[in-house]
Amino acid sequence: MSSYVTLFLQSVFTENLVLALFLGICPFMALSRRFDTAVGLGAAVVVVMTVTVPVNSLILGYLLGPGALAWAGLPAMDLSFLALVSFIGVIAAIVQVLEMVLDRFFPALHQALGVFLPLIAVNCAILGASLFMGERRYSFDESVVYGFGSGVGWALAIIVLAGLRHKLRYSDVPDGLQGAGITFITAGLMAMGFMAFSGIRL
Amino acid sequence: MTPEAKASLFGPLIKENPITFQILGLCSALAVTTSMMPALLMSLAVTGVLAFGGAVISAIRRHIPDNVRIVVQLTIIASLVIVADQILKAYAFETSRQLSVFVSLIVTNCIVLARVETFAMKNNVAASFLDGLGNGLGYSLALMTIAAIRELLGAGSLFGFPVLPTLADGGWYYPNGLMLLPPGVYFIVGFLIWGIRSWRVEQVEQPEFRIRHVHRAQTGS
Repeated sequence: MSSYVTLFLQSVFTENLVLALFLGICPFMALSRRFDTAVGLGAAVVVVMTVTVPVNSLILGYLLGPGALAWAGLPAMDLSFLALVSFIGVIAAIVQVLEMVLDRFFPALHQALGVFLPLIAVNCAILGASLFMGERRYSFDESVVYGFGSGVGWALAIIVLAGLRHKLRYSDVPDGLQGAGITFITAGLMAMGFMAFSGIRL
Repeated sequence: MTPEAKASLFGPLIKENPITFQILGLCSALAVTTSMMPALLMSLAVTGVLAFGGAVISAIRRHIPDNVRIVVQLTIIASLVIVADQILKAYAFETSRQLSVFVSLIVTNCIVLARVETFAMKNNVAASFLDGLGNGLGYSLALMTIAAIRELLGAGSLFGFPVLPTLADGGWYYPNGLMLLPPGVYFIVGFLIWGIRSWRVEQVEQPEFRIRHVHRAQTGS
């Protein structure tokens, strides 16, 4: 149990996808202008990551990985070069299905997350989490925790950045730094703050 | 060379640079730039995928149904990325290990999808190839600049050859470890953008909100 808690905290803080591993930076920069947008996108990423990472873990474990097809009598098969195409396909498909399910059963949530769901299919953080899961050979349980933790970490980072940018409206930024420049420097300072967690061992 | 071809090849170098002006494709740019060798390989891979992806998608642009176009584009790009990944693994295995998942992540690199969506879907094969090549070169230029700053200040070397002799090797340079850590690269990109926009003033973004204009007017800037 404690190893799951460690993995969760690690994926939220010390190995934060945006601030330590540079994944999903484009939406992080582009959509952190408004606070409510950031919250919506953050929530959508948490949901999608919690679903896609475990599903991709199952696909890698039972279909594509080295020796994964042993149950079908093909123990020598290694299809892991197909992992990339299958992951991106699975992510695009799950995003589509999720959109339909939310529309049918939770219209209020669909209203809130609607516009962000299609964008998520091309968010590198989602694909990155699946690829890291494959590279680090997480088990199925670990992949659930890792997917959820990474999503929470990403959401936390974009929500905090949106809050900081909201405050920045009231400061006099030099012309050349306006917009993108100052956002990078703010993100750098945030990354420094998150590095403080790296000494924690549980 | 026609003026349009020249514009699509050289425009993205500085004027419309994907990294510093369009703010696209940042993940890999920030992650692989701790030293120059991985950054160079990454630039080559991205330039290749951009140029050939643009050309291939442009060639079949009239046959792609509009509502499944993203899936078609992603599949073509993913296939090119797998080819690039296999080539890197075959000829530069050690460096490709350092790049870890970032070569695969070219698939979701926003520059690739943005150029395909906005340019290759509307233009002919040759123009799309040049546009992809131009954007790839702009990306490479930004990547190599960032990597040069980080490797020089962070480790005192360029492409692994010592330039500034570090204290550990009996020299005088004390390496700045921050440059190799995540916060350092955010600062470098921020200041790079500041530098370029002070030089090319037309790139400056308008503030969405300004409390008082008087303050600026008085300082005369």
